[in-house]
Amino acid sequence: MKMLINVAETVVADALRGLAVAHPELTVDVENRVVVRRDAPVEGKVALVSGGGSGHEPLHGGFVGLGMLSAACPGEVFTSPVPDQMVRAAAAVDSGAGVLFIVKNYTGDVLNFDMAAELAEDEGVQIAKVLVNDDVAVTDSLYTAGRRGTGATLFVEKIAGAAAEEGQPLERVQTIARQVNENARSFGVALSACTTPAKGSPTFDLPPGELELGIGIHGEPGRERRAMMTAREIADFAVDAILQDMPPKNPVLLLVNGMGATPLLELYGFSAEVHRVLAERDVAVARTLVGNYVTSLDMAGASVTLCQIDEELLRLWDAPVRTPGLRWGI
Amino acid sequence: MLDADFFRRWMTAAAAAVDREAERLTALDSPIGDADHGTNMLRGFRAVTAALEKEDPATPGAVLTLSGRQLISTVGGASGPLYGTLLRRTGKALGDAAEVSEEELAAALRTGVEAVATLGGAAPGDKTMLDALIPAVDALAESFAAACEAAEKGAVATTPLLARKGRASYLGERSIGHQDPGATSSALLFATLAEAAGE
Repeated sequence: MKMLINVAETVVADALRGLAVAHPELTVDVENRVVVRRDAPVEGKVALVSGGGSGHEPLHGGFVGLGMLSAACPGEVFTSPVPDQMVRAAAAVDSGAGVLFIVKNYTGDVLNFDMAAELAEDEGVQIAKVLVNDDVAVTDSLYTAGRRGTGATLFVEKIAGAAAEEGQPLERVQTIARQVNENARSFGVALSACTTPAKGSPTFDLPPGELELGIGIHGEPGRERRAMMTAREIADFAVDAILQDMPPKNPVLLLVNGMGATPLLELYGFSAEVHRVLAERDVAVARTLVGNYVTSLDMAGASVTLCQIDEELLRLWDAPVRTPGLRWGI
Repeated sequence: MLDADFFRRWMTAAAAAVDREAERLTALDSPIGDADHGTNMLRGFRAVTAALEKEDPATPGAVLTLSGRQLISTVGGASGPLYGTLLRRTGKALGDAAEVSEEELAAALRTGVEAVATLGGAAPGDKTMLDALIPAVDALAESFAAACEAAEKGAVATTPLLARKGRASYLGERSIGHQDPGATSSALLFATLAEAAGE
């Protein structure tokens, strides 16, 4: 597999050097793997720290900035960051108002953020946590590591980030973040596997005429494999999987997210189908975001995330944001 | 009695084994994981070897505690905290004695394995590293060689199991038929313990 890299060992560090030169408004510590808002710590403001394996860009480093994350900790490709990174990030962004850790529900992320929270608290930083677990493809949560954190992470980071920017206290920011997660559900499909730089070949074998339904974002295979479907059929399948789990009473935010290798032309066509089926199911869409936001390297495919919102959450969603990956209202 | 040199030999042998087997660990992690177990363990044990050379810890407990701390700080994923905790807790249980008996090591390792079970929340039969670690610790009363054999048997026996923890659990029934990469690296740890003991 051809890749636009130097060597596999340095892909994360190389990308961070690139992030630094493209975004002088961020402080990028390449050696220690921490991306921080340059104006942090912001006096009196709750700080948001997230992180996870690399390979999901622009998540999380691309969401650092005004109205969203205070800092991000990128791990190796598809590998959670280590506690030292989060401890360093928390110390760099805490103004005394406390830090919210936004953690996607994967065993490694949970363990490393838990260890980091303990260490940061030892250093006198007040830590609160929110776990993101929106993936409805994992049905049997009792006997698994639980639902995975996927597209809803963007909603949590944006909406909680807006609440923090307004000066809301830690406990309130945490409550809002949890509310967003509890009201969000995702479902993803893959048309191809992805290739990690270290391995150099696809992470699983998907024949040309088939697709994987219910994938995560780490190149792991999904729950079920079927003969290739049309955008219309995939939209029906994904939306119904979500609505079965969470029949929305309120309008929703919709994220139609590309996994990395699916062109925007296809994503917009798919988005039209998602809107069509949502209208058929009487679900009102308040806002739609289409693009590559929570990716899985070079995987082809898409995920759909719905988040039920009230007026307050919509107001926070619409609030100004200025990050490399998401920017409006400024 | 086992001194700091013995534990240094163990960690060095473990690092060499991970180096040798990294590709196999990553290959096992492809069908049911995300194809990086070998790469991550390799990064961790290289840091262990470097730290042991630089800091030259004087007691068995200090060798394992330092090694565990390196794994936590460099591996990431679930393996980092889990293996790091295994070595750190085992090391702490050994205290600061200059030499420890085989019985003391067996008891300390049991403490370490229990800490792993608590941290990861897995039970025997969930298709995790515990499926190699628990039988190994049980067999340690007999000999290092018996523990090595029990760990290897436990790792192989994960193949028909349905994963209930970790990333493989997302696959449900499709996790059946693959040997667990974490149990496999756990078996390496006990194989190298026997190697360090000359068994």
